[in-house]
Amino acid sequence: MRDVREALMAGRTSDGKPVLRPLSPHLQVYRPQITSVLSIMHRGSGIWLGFGTILLVWWLVALAGGAGAFAAVQRFLGSWFGMLLLFLWTAALMFHFSNGMRHLAWDAGAGFEKPTYHASGWTVVAAAALLTVLLWVIGLALG
Amino acid sequence: MANGGNMMMRSTLGRVRALGAARHGLADWWGQRVTAAALVPLSVWFVISLLAHRGADAAGMARWAGRPWNAVLLLALLIALFQHLALGLQVVIEDYVHGEAAKLGTLLAMKAALALLWLAAILAVLKLAFAG
Repeated sequence: MRDVREALMAGRTSDGKPVLRPLSPHLQVYRPQITSVLSIMHRGSGIWLGFGTILLVWWLVALAGGAGAFAAVQRFLGSWFGMLLLFLWTAALMFHFSNGMRHLAWDAGAGFEKPTYHASGWTVVAAAALLTVLLWVIGLALG
Repeated sequence: MANGGNMMMRSTLGRVRALGAARHGLADWWGQRVTAAALVPLSVWFVISLLAHRGADAAGMARWAGRPWNAVLLLALLIALFQHLALGLQVVIEDYVHGEAAKLGTLLAMKAALALLWLAAILAVLKLAFAG
């Protein structure tokens, strides 16, 4: 290697041999934008919600298992760690839900103009934040 | 004809190995969207139901889940949710796990784990439904 910039050129051919050649620009080259950041967050929140299904299944199985098992889940969800996880899952669900609507609109062919997808992106952020806070205010006020 | 006498635009080898799209290439794409659309009303219903039953004891919650329509909607939620999740995680794994063996192994492990979680949840809902 004669130049540090060649570190960014280290790739592999399709049969796995190391090769030095210009690579297509990757994440570190681009300034974060609302479109790219929300796209990454959609995937991230989806994966995080996937782990949340473990809690959902535990909750349902405990509910079917009787009062003792259900009390254990409720005790966990009432602890600070359980509440923190629940809050993060609420936020992830509200975001994935709102941004999912945006994706469905795109799939239907609507909203591809630049001002529109910037505005819809910020609307998704506001809606997710608002819904998360709203659900927790209602939940805690009723509790 | 070079193509084994068939009139299709696909090679015989491609057909034997079930490679290529014979109008089924969009099945996963559609599945992701259809389950997403189904999850819109189902997740709204589920979140509102949970909020409405805050503070309910085990017996009250179990009675709610066991009512016929609630059990049906819970089953629908679980079917759409796990299908949506499996398709989503499959795309993530296909994007980031390289090498055929590692990719296949990760995909199978993911599907197996989701299948077990899914069956456990389904069984729990059926038990609640038939207990009532």
